[in-house]
Amino acid sequence: MIEEKVHISAELEPILKQVSDPEIPVLSIIDLGVVRSAEFNNGIAEVKITPTYSGCPAMDVIGDDIKAALLEAGYEAKVDLILSPAWSTDWITEEGRQALEDYGIAAPLEASADKKALLGETQVVKCTNCKSKNTQMVSQFGSTACKALFKCNDCQEPFDYFKCLI
Amino acid sequence: MNKDSLIKYILGIADNSLILGQRLGELTGHGPTLEVDIAMTNISLDLFGQVRSYFQYAAQLSEEDKTEDDFAFLRTEREYVNVLLVEQPNRDFGYTIARQFLFDHFHFLLLNEMQNSKDETLVAIAKKSLKEVSYHRRFSSDWVKRLGDGTEESKRKIQLAINDLWRFTEELFQKTDADLEAIKAGIGVETDRIKAKYLENVSAVLEEATLQKPELEFFQEGGKKGIHSEHMGYLLSDMQYMQRTYPGMKW
Repeated sequence: MIEEKVHISAELEPILKQVSDPEIPVLSIIDLGVVRSAEFNNGIAEVKITPTYSGCPAMDVIGDDIKAALLEAGYEAKVDLILSPAWSTDWITEEGRQALEDYGIAAPLEASADKKALLGETQVVKCTNCKSKNTQMVSQFGSTACKALFKCNDCQEPFDYFKCLI
Repeated sequence: MNKDSLIKYILGIADNSLILGQRLGELTGHGPTLEVDIAMTNISLDLFGQVRSYFQYAAQLSEEDKTEDDFAFLRTEREYVNVLLVEQPNRDFGYTIARQFLFDHFHFLLLNEMQNSKDETLVAIAKKSLKEVSYHRRFSSDWVKRLGDGTEESKRKIQLAINDLWRFTEELFQKTDADLEAIKAGIGVETDRIKAKYLENVSAVLEEATLQKPELEFFQEGGKKGIHSEHMGYLLSDMQYMQRTYPGMKW
């Protein structure tokens, strides 16, 4: 478990909660864990975000969305992209994990279980449709950089699995 | 270490990912199956993401008011310092996988060592990228095993590709003047230190794949000095087309 302190001003948090990942609209950027700090500095709201994957095309949009949301709330904003410490799936909040599951994306397992699942050694990723554990990995790479593609052997539905990244 | 040498060192790492990313991007919509197509382009996207971090850093160091796009799109062929391996064409799926496999194992060990660099930005990029490259390495190694230990035809093709591309592996560990300076400054990775591990890891996968590790005495080099194979010009004309035709164009 990678623990990292985040500093998010109480005033800014509800506004940032309104901003979601454009690829996963049900998941707020706070719950995704990409907001690393949000504080006022000389009256300007300074927000630091970190990408889930280096090539994540959503980051530019997320940055613009943050600025727009804060502007609407009457704050001037500055958004910076930081790389260190590198984002981890451990930073997805409990609420975020639930939102993922409800949306049809299996939430990341713990690192050891994830490795087994992606190597096809064990069947531990639960189908988001019928909850069966009788699932198999179709591809380590899914519809976006952060997901793998699985299918359920019981209900035959394909589904995304949010890959563990620690 | 002076800024110019540091920029050169950074480009030496970044160009490999840029050119390989471009090669993989060529497969968009042309992968042998939908899943593989998506995987190859996902890997390409990871590599481009990493490249942006390197180029942004290089642009920041540069005193000539350059942007990441200048580094990516507006250099001439001789100014790219990627290894010959990554510019080799896709030919068939065996070649694509063999090229990826031979590079991923190197890339992983390089980033792993770069985590100990004295340069904080490079450490941050290495830590971030390493997580992604672990997946790449797993993907390409799995495919080498599947093809090698697959049908007679798949085995023949992957062995052919490994044999053919093996001559480019020595260059991965070659050091330019900028590399030597970076190593001396505690910033760069001493590639001698990862070579034995590279051969060990690659051999282990080849053995599991029931493939032969090629034995060669002659290796080809040049990319790191800007002397590229005939494939590079075509790749660049494709990659640079937009910026050359519409200078300064943005998304």
